Amino acid sequence: MAVWLTESSKVIVQGMTGAEGSKHTRRMLAAGTNVVGGVNPRKAGTQVDFDGTKLPVFASVAEAIEQTGADTSVIFVPPAGTRSATLEAIDAQIPLAVVITEGVPVHDTANFWAHLQSAGSKTRVIGPNCPGIASPGKSNAGIIPADITGPGKIGLVSKSGTLTYQMMYELRDIGFSTCIGIGGDPVIGTTHIDALAAFEADPETAAIVMIGEIGGDAEERAADFIRANVRKPVVGYIAGFTAPPGKTMGHAGAIISGSAGTADAKKLALEAAGVRVGKTPTETANLMRDLVKAL
Amino acid sequence: MDLYEYQGRALFAKHGLPVLGGGVAETPEEARAIAEELGGRVVIKAQVKVGGRGKAGGVKLAEGADEATSHATNILGMDIKGHTVHKVMVTTTADIAEEYYFSYLLDRANRTFLCIASVAGGMEIETVAHDAPEKVAKVAIDAAKGVDEALARAIVEQAQFPADVADQVVSIAVKLWQAFIAEDATLVEVNPLAKTTDGTVLCLDAKVTLDENAGFRHADHEELEDKAAADPLEQAAKAKNLNYVKLDGNVGIIGNGAGLVMSTLDVVAYAGEGLGSKPANFLDIGGGASAQVMANGLEIVLGDPDVKSVFVNVFGGITACDAVANGIVQALQLLKDRGEAVAKPLVVRLDGNNAEEGRRILDDAANPLIERVDTMDGAARRAAELAASGV
Repeated sequence: MAVWLTESSKVIVQGMTGAEGSKHTRRMLAAGTNVVGGVNPRKAGTQVDFDGTKLPVFASVAEAIEQTGADTSVIFVPPAGTRSATLEAIDAQIPLAVVITEGVPVHDTANFWAHLQSAGSKTRVIGPNCPGIASPGKSNAGIIPADITGPGKIGLVSKSGTLTYQMMYELRDIGFSTCIGIGGDPVIGTTHIDALAAFEADPETAAIVMIGEIGGDAEERAADFIRANVRKPVVGYIAGFTAPPGKTMGHAGAIISGSAGTADAKKLALEAAGVRVGKTPTETANLMRDLVKAL
Repeated sequence: MDLYEYQGRALFAKHGLPVLGGGVAETPEEARAIAEELGGRVVIKAQVKVGGRGKAGGVKLAEGADEATSHATNILGMDIKGHTVHKVMVTTTADIAEEYYFSYLLDRANRTFLCIASVAGGMEIETVAHDAPEKVAKVAIDAAKGVDEALARAIVEQAQFPADVADQVVSIAVKLWQAFIAEDATLVEVNPLAKTTDGTVLCLDAKVTLDENAGFRHADHEELEDKAAADPLEQAAKAKNLNYVKLDGNVGIIGNGAGLVMSTLDVVAYAGEGLGSKPANFLDIGGGASAQVMANGLEIVLGDPDVKSVFVNVFGGITACDAVANGIVQALQLLKDRGEAVAKPLVVRLDGNNAEEGRRILDDAANPLIERVDTMDGAARRAAELAASGV
């Protein structure tokens, strides 16, 4: 099974002909991902050769879906084009759109998110500014290195890219069902809660690691969700206990978030929901190892 | 990026919002010139990016140019909650009859924008929301549809603005939304939005936060950056496109990825408890960093006189550990060639992509300053010890 991305996923790449897009298409293919094509209206009808694998370039996401049956798009277009690329994926109703691009203006993300809601599209957006999603041994959509860990029974959801890799490395002796990098932007398409719900429902996932960081109140809300809905064991890690106060949104911001978005508040909320929270990534991995042994 | 009030006011004026006349001064003489030009009573306001300046004595009324000059003399250089005042704004005055509140901001939790409006302005909106929540209207804005006149009127009704100012506030609400969108702001706040005794509604303060990710479509936003106020090391790092924040400790930190670097700060702080060692900075060299980027980062961190040891913590995902190792070796050689002898010890932990090769490069360099420790917690402990021993 795994979550959202499996061995049968058919992946297209928006921005496949660009520098980042082609580099990572090659890596995804090497990881065994079933990449079936790319999208670039200016190069439609051409092919790109990735070490012997010839991939077609389509004019649009809709055309790519029609021709290949693609169900996942990985988006590598630069920030200025990310909004329109994501809107295109949403309008084509592709089931999964993974937005890797870093530096997307938050107005653009809020705009495509609002459009997704009002259009009633079934597309799940992950990101932006995220490393993507990997189901080790099955498929890899994004930039998560494929050789860190093999398949196993841990589900991982994280705001941070390199902390995702670190945790995959720490727990490579157990392995992962699916690792989901949701990104650290203020507005994101898939939240900790979405991932927790999917892991809870996934028969291949036995336990969950959740990595958060300062800012917002997503971890606090995830804690409430865990208390009410998650039966599988969860361990947590929060980065940023000693970080200076980040960019504040001014006084008005504090009204909405309620809590101040500190690491301490997030840790307390998670612990109150029965989640064991590690002080360091290594300690967190050890907590998970103990839990898995006891299963 | 948070703007100063005078910058926010200029931005408001650009989008047709009603603001008071005035200017910004860096010296008492400049303040006098503005006061003379405005004539009559003026207000001198300290320009700092922190609240509570009024209570701290940073806002003064002056009857004329002489008094304006003397207030400016007192306020310039003043310390307000750790912020030194380098600029004052000099504006005309308004006879205030009523004070309201109006803002648009990003609502992270609901993944949209929010309007907050209240007829109880002039004080902190958190206080109003706590003491009299019925006086605070919060209206979610659909990011794809925005605020038109009809929605603005609904907001004004919900917030129960008096009928005599409703039309003016509707017009301000629409223009403020246009400014919010046009400038890629994440916050525009007017507090107070004031009704004067002659019935005119004016924006008497302007608090604006701009989204730095949107800089590529706002060439004019770059000049709003307060380069003078930034730490010199932060300026140098920015010039090299490095994501660096100066902190107050003695262990220099370099890592890849914001989450891992934040985590590294924490791990070093835990390891340094009882030793007196703390992180000296945050430095993220980003994904796929080259040897040159690593060398640039090391140069910045070693240039901090507070740094006693350096911890380089890299998990190679896209970043190749051999490039990181080469960057470290090159940077030390570069500094040595320049005659800037480095005596600070470096603890390096490399894992992930090409870690074996990276470790071999460090071992081959046989530089006595470089110590290789292969776990994150162990390396943090060693870096904290070295900083405490005050090499």
